[in-house]
Amino acid sequence: MTTFFNEMMTGGGVRPPYAQLQDWVNQMPADLRNLKQAEAEALFRRIGITFAVYGEGGDPDRLIPFDMFPRVFSAQEWFRLERGIKQRARALNAFLADVYDRGEIVRAGRIPARLVYLNEAYEKAVAGIRPPKGVYSHIVGVDLVRTGPDEFYVLEDNCRTPSGVSYMLENREIMMRMFPDLFRQNRIQPVEAYPELLRRTLASVAPDGCAGDPVIAILTPGHYNSAYYEHSFLADMMGVELVEGQDLFVEGKHVWMRTTQGPKRVDVIYRRIDDAFLDPLCFRPDSMLGVPGLMDVYRSGRVAICSAPGAGVADDKAVYTYVPEMVRFYLGEDPILQNVPTWQCAKADDLGHVLDNLADLVVKEVHGSGGYGMLVGPKSTREQIETFRAKIMADPDNYIAQPTLALSTVPSFVEEGVAPRHVDLRPYCLVGERIELVPGGLTRVALREGSLVVNSSQGGGVKDTWVLAE
Amino acid sequence: MRLTVDHVTSYHYDHPVRLVVQSHRLTPTTCQNQSVLDWSVQVSDGIEGGGFRDGAGDWVQAWTVRGPVSRIDVTVRGTVETHDASGILRGNREIIPVTAWLDETAPTRPDAALRDLAAAGTGADALALAHDLSARVAGAIAYRPGVTHAHTTAAEALALGEGVCQDQAHALIALARLRDLPARYVSGYLFADAEGAPHEAAHAWAEIWIDELGWIGFDPANRCCPDERYIRLGCGADARAAAPIRGIARGVTHEVMEIAVAVAATQQ
Amino acid sequence: MLSRTADNLYWLARYMERAETVARLLEVGERMALLPNSEQGYRNEWEALLQAGGMADAFARKYGDPVQRNIESHLFYDTENPSSVASCIGRARENGRIVRTALTTQVWDALNTAYQELRELQRAPRHDGSLDQLTEWTRRHTAMVRGAIDATLLRNDGWDFLNLGYYLERADATARLLDVKYYVLLPHVDFVGSGLDNFQWRMLLRAMGLHRAFHWAEGGEITATKIANFLILNDKTPRGLITCVDGINRHLDRLRQAYGVSTPAQAAGRALLAGMSGITVTEIFDEGLHEFLTRFIREAGDVGQQIHDSYLSGDMR
Repeated sequence: MTTFFNEMMTGGGVRPPYAQLQDWVNQMPADLRNLKQAEAEALFRRIGITFAVYGEGGDPDRLIPFDMFPRVFSAQEWFRLERGIKQRARALNAFLADVYDRGEIVRAGRIPARLVYLNEAYEKAVAGIRPPKGVYSHIVGVDLVRTGPDEFYVLEDNCRTPSGVSYMLENREIMMRMFPDLFRQNRIQPVEAYPELLRRTLASVAPDGCAGDPVIAILTPGHYNSAYYEHSFLADMMGVELVEGQDLFVEGKHVWMRTTQGPKRVDVIYRRIDDAFLDPLCFRPDSMLGVPGLMDVYRSGRVAICSAPGAGVADDKAVYTYVPEMVRFYLGEDPILQNVPTWQCAKADDLGHVLDNLADLVVKEVHGSGGYGMLVGPKSTREQIETFRAKIMADPDNYIAQPTLALSTVPSFVEEGVAPRHVDLRPYCLVGERIELVPGGLTRVALREGSLVVNSSQGGGVKDTWVLAE
Repeated sequence: MRLTVDHVTSYHYDHPVRLVVQSHRLTPTTCQNQSVLDWSVQVSDGIEGGGFRDGAGDWVQAWTVRGPVSRIDVTVRGTVETHDASGILRGNREIIPVTAWLDETAPTRPDAALRDLAAAGTGADALALAHDLSARVAGAIAYRPGVTHAHTTAAEALALGEGVCQDQAHALIALARLRDLPARYVSGYLFADAEGAPHEAAHAWAEIWIDELGWIGFDPANRCCPDERYIRLGCGADARAAAPIRGIARGVTHEVMEIAVAVAATQQ
Repeated sequence: MLSRTADNLYWLARYMERAETVARLLEVGERMALLPNSEQGYRNEWEALLQAGGMADAFARKYGDPVQRNIESHLFYDTENPSSVASCIGRARENGRIVRTALTTQVWDALNTAYQELRELQRAPRHDGSLDQLTEWTRRHTAMVRGAIDATLLRNDGWDFLNLGYYLERADATARLLDVKYYVLLPHVDFVGSGLDNFQWRMLLRAMGLHRAFHWAEGGEITATKIANFLILNDKTPRGLITCVDGINRHLDRLRQAYGVSTPAQAAGRALLAGMSGITVTEIFDEGLHEFLTRFIREAGDVGQQIHDSYLSGDMR
């Protein structure tokens, strides 16, 4: 029987970061708890924060369960995480700058050329283009899990357009409204600066020759998109326009926005649409979401696109294995955060190991997301394992496998009271002229007992994430 | 050889369009195979956009035309001094690594017939194999205009057994990649004298990467490698990616395109 | 402001106002149907109302005979009818959702509540005699949205586009209601001044919520002349044409000042006003009320077109 690290309770009692919460939860009568839970739900519904995290799709009016029991990190714990996350964000950007230029890491034989250059996410159109400040991935979402007091593992990186940050902000907002006392008793570092930091990050990568305050716009696929709320929330908090492809056009050397006062030049586009849909002239010709000619403006250096097209080559699940190598190669440092040991079924040796140990492993599709197309060995029946075995053997390149991790737990409110539930963490690292990380992130929690799958489509919820001041 | 180019592409719209955006690869490659004496690209009512050298070394120039407009002429005129280099592309500055050109795209996606044809290719070395594959394409897809269209794939053209230079180039690219040789599509101009084959002056062929030698052009349509009769404009993974003119018009109902190209040799 | 945002705000307002108009049409229709002594019976009035709303053909195709229950379905519930109350409120809310951040929480709440309640109404079993409740429901919610806008929204250009939507839609609706009464409903010219005629005028005023206002403003006998004056030329009439045209010009003027440029929209707005200034109700009847209203509807439509071209289309330079 695996033992799981409980972030609040250890054999010796309550861990210090959670000291204040012990009393809080003990003193809360059940009816008050239910009242507060209903209040939280009503608040979420009122502000309209309904969307699926991480592009899971689903009903746009669906609420993700909010668990009021916060997840807490001490200042020391966060200090290490912060260094590790920033290190990773720097290495990933250095990798992107390299593979779209001379490709030194490939020439040095540290990562296979085919893995990079024949990757679906590699964009020839970006090769040789140096974006402002050399930044390709401006918002890096690093998904972390914890297995012990000092053991953190990176599950995956998100270099394109990681979503869910509006939850980080709204969860905090709602907790502060409902439990102001908690914030007086605990010295919790604020996350509210995120939109301003994001705006500054985006402004810092405006193209050269952009005079005055750069004009920033968020490009959304539209109001039917499941993350539309987040797009409009961020635009509102940053005070920038939320545009669809049809609101932009290219004329002459620039991109323009259609306004009631005529065309207005746009300098920085924070896009929340995939590469393939950005510009029908360059990518998918049938795309109605993008802006014809946008890529030519970008490539001639007159608009910044965040993240850069082609940034996805750094967060591919097969490339992931090499991130520690990137840290060593580009930064000359030892990686602070560990990768989860990963077997690539594309490699014959690894495939053999995976097929022999399916019952103990988690097997994922290389390009899959949202917990679909995934086998959790220890939780699967013999039959499910055999079905999956056939799938892997039919297309081994498409699968990677990892050991089942003993995900840490945090107390959560459940029907019977309070019980430990498994969690993960996604902090959002901003990369521009500077690298910034607000102390916090999105904690996802698997609300079903014993479940290790935190995706909202599979019974996952979210929690406020606290980082205590020293 | 000194070649002059006179190339006009006209777009006619049955209703005036509001905005036209184009991306051009209409400037001869900067390389040792050719040097530009004079060159101009004009777009009627056009506003010049950004220009840049892309990762394959091509000069890409953006243009926009503000509507309403019902006709657009893209006029290319110039003179280029060309040199025969046995088909080897020399001195082109590019960033995209060779491996990236092994990627398959929709029009070059292999089917069983293409796989068979590729497997049949023989040669003592990579260069001989490339020549052999080019010859096989020329044999398997006869030049015949009008049977294929802009979106015909290599597999479809092979099944038909007929096509134009675009189809032949696509097929050769597919075969080369199947044999693990990086390959790409090249667009340009071809001067054909009185004895030359009756191909259009706006031409396309393939380039195949041979270690030690570099990129080598193969023109299955003319069963040869590009020489001083060829002007190279740009390249890409397939015809769409390498197109000399890519464009989108806003509010189009119907578009008719006319092309007139003349490539002539001038006395020195 | 993004042209598309302005467009969403403008249409949000138009759809809310249109929902209210359709509810008023329903109300007029029901009241008139209570008086079964016109030549062709009740059927005629309902048909006339469908024609006024431009919905007669679609209705006939789907339901055939214009009986009240069908009319109620078509005008209130039917989401296949783009002009039904349900469609209008759904579209207003969708426009609002797209520009959620350009609205205050109060405005969004009002819009969203209307929409959520509507969904419940659509699910609930229907019973006869509920028409009053439906029209009352619509009026309450449109008023709540309007009130939230007035009370909480920033007076920026977005406010102007919202109001332009409201005033244009309202002007159009008043003109159509008036035209329907005068030109369509009355079976014969002999009826002018008859008991039926007067009853219809009163119902019209009542449906517009203006019967008491009329007595305050005009007083005495209800006559066609007074009604026309009241609904067209009296600048104290809240839904009156001149009041709407004034509002349109006021907001166009604010836009001109805010943006520092005049556009063809301002010129069209001024032309519309000029056509109504200084004329008398006698002159209107000389031209023919129907002719006057037709011209007005066309010219107001032109102002809408100019607003679209100058601000909302995103194609201006």
